Amino acid sequence: MGRIQVSNLGKAYKQYPNRWSRVAEWVSPFPVKRHRLKWVLEDINFTVEAGQAVGIIGINGAGKSTLLKLITGTTQPSTGSVTITGRVAAMLELGMGFHPDFTGRQNAVMAGQLLGLSVEDVLALMPQIEAFADIGDYIDQPVRVYSSGMQMRLAFSVATARRPDVLIVDEALSVGDAYFQHKSFDRIREFRRQGTTLLIVSHDKAAIQSICDSAILLNAGKLAKQGSPEEIMDFYNAMIAEKENQVIRQEIRDDGKIQTISGTGEATVTDIALYNARNERVETVDVGSDNILQVKVRTKAAIPRLVLGYMIKDRLGQTIFGTNTHLKEQPLEMVENGEEIIYRFAFRMNLGPGSYSVATALVSNDTHLENNYEWRDLALLFNVANLSKSHFVGCAWLDPELDIQR
Amino acid sequence: MNMLKGVWLYRGFILGSVQREFQSKYRNSILGAAWTVINPLAMIIVYTVIFSQIMRSRLPGVDNNLAYSIYLCAGTLTWGLFSEITGRGQTVFLENANIIKKLSFPRICLPIIMVLNAGLNFSIIFSLFTAFLLITGNFPGWVFFAIFPVLLLQAVFATGLGMILGVLNVFFRDVGQFFSIFLQFWFWFTPIVYPVGILPENIRRLLVFNPMAAVVNAYQDVLVSQHMPHWQSLLPITVIGALLCLFGMRLFRKHVGEMVDEL
Repeated sequence: MGRIQVSNLGKAYKQYPNRWSRVAEWVSPFPVKRHRLKWVLEDINFTVEAGQAVGIIGINGAGKSTLLKLITGTTQPSTGSVTITGRVAAMLELGMGFHPDFTGRQNAVMAGQLLGLSVEDVLALMPQIEAFADIGDYIDQPVRVYSSGMQMRLAFSVATARRPDVLIVDEALSVGDAYFQHKSFDRIREFRRQGTTLLIVSHDKAAIQSICDSAILLNAGKLAKQGSPEEIMDFYNAMIAEKENQVIRQEIRDDGKIQTISGTGEATVTDIALYNARNERVETVDVGSDNILQVKVRTKAAIPRLVLGYMIKDRLGQTIFGTNTHLKEQPLEMVENGEEIIYRFAFRMNLGPGSYSVATALVSNDTHLENNYEWRDLALLFNVANLSKSHFVGCAWLDPELDIQR
Repeated sequence: MNMLKGVWLYRGFILGSVQREFQSKYRNSILGAAWTVINPLAMIIVYTVIFSQIMRSRLPGVDNNLAYSIYLCAGTLTWGLFSEITGRGQTVFLENANIIKKLSFPRICLPIIMVLNAGLNFSIIFSLFTAFLLITGNFPGWVFFAIFPVLLLQAVFATGLGMILGVLNVFFRDVGQFFSIFLQFWFWFTPIVYPVGILPENIRRLLVFNPMAAVVNAYQDVLVSQHMPHWQSLLPITVIGALLCLFGMRLFRKHVGEMVDEL
């Protein structure tokens, strides 16, 4: 129960040169073809095993929503097939076709019926639905007076009132407020523990990385890459910056992690290392110690404005801290070809114990979207260990001065 | 077969939708469902007062001052059912584009809901009309029940036609525009308001090509002349109705997938 198999899936829309060509095609006694096929999805193959959680990532128009619609059966594929076992609950768009003049309660019943539940089932689940949607008296008000967040909460509560074997969620969840997002993600996690297969489309990196086992990157209607959420997210970020003559390279590091390097290549990081207060190169540093991150950069062309940025990420790939020389107001102007630049960032390691990575970016401005000379994920790995402080938990070192009065 | 199974699984949704659609019409009114009765009642009263009392219209060969009102009602009420099924049929997919695009469910439910709804509206109006016949002493007796098989034939014919128009209208919006005009001509080419006798002979011959003429005539036979309809005159509409339904289903099945892309 809950296995999704997508094989050779493709979707094309028919495009007719003018209004009459469709008529010609329909009434002609012998088969004629007057339309052009516009492929929005092509040759998609993947399998999601029961209980897995897979994130789907891609820029707008990459075909994510179309893929979900094909998987839920809302639209029919032009080629290939989708096989799903078990009961599917899908949250494709906001509101699920609520009727504005009926009350939330009546709409919940109707939405439940559309999901294949009987009226008795829905009525039995109603107290739960009401409690989870948490919209109070509004449940007996017509839906037209609801805010979009309230509609979403009700829709989500109905769709997930009973644990489905497969839960398919489009970006809908980003509508609710922070409290409801937490609540709905908790519910999704709970379903995951109980064995629900999850397919989720999101631009929220943190959501994908914290909940998914693997991720799929769609690009221009094709399956560009499939792998661990971190690897795919890195590749996706690199891809956003992709332009002409940029290359994206993924290399497997010695420790088995996959490093993504992209960019136009006018500048490159030749060396990166962490130094302690005694200026010794180190891989493991103490919590709260003073350190220097040294980055050597070599240019391969003249660059009018060069900015170096770095991000420290934890083992899940979540960004802990990041800054750049633009933000520090020290960008380099008129850098010549073949120059070697040494950057030294001195800071106190106020991080909790654990393994961290550093990603670097050589750009011309605040973001990597304009000129991306080089983007390097997992440029450096280091460990933080608690060698001298009393025991504490968490990912940050926020040691308090304690004062107790009684 | 799969389609039937889908319909059965979604029977709750179908019945619920019929109920909701009925309710939604009078949702924000104070009198609510009373309007479903008041509207047709007003129509019957208007017809009766204007035609039998003020204009004193008489049907040739019938000695009853209510005969013309009954004649009129027999035609317009049943034509109302026909035009509701075909008219709503042609927009059924367009109107529900919202849920068709968002949710996965057997699409065949939509025309079923539409036909059931039209049937519900009609049965309210027609019960009222029957009560009117009983009160005024014009109830035709046992012959009355011959109406039901005719209604069934008409519903099948209208549903087939409505399905075809509904599917076509998704792809060619001109169909909807054209049919609403065509329906008006059709109405006046059917002896509903006027008795068939006033038509010139050469035009009256053309009525053979109007399947609705035979149906309306059957109602008038039962309700006005109070005798059995000419069953053999209903043969064409039976055949055409069956063919339209078959063709409509074929068209629907062939294009239901493409329809989602077009809406």
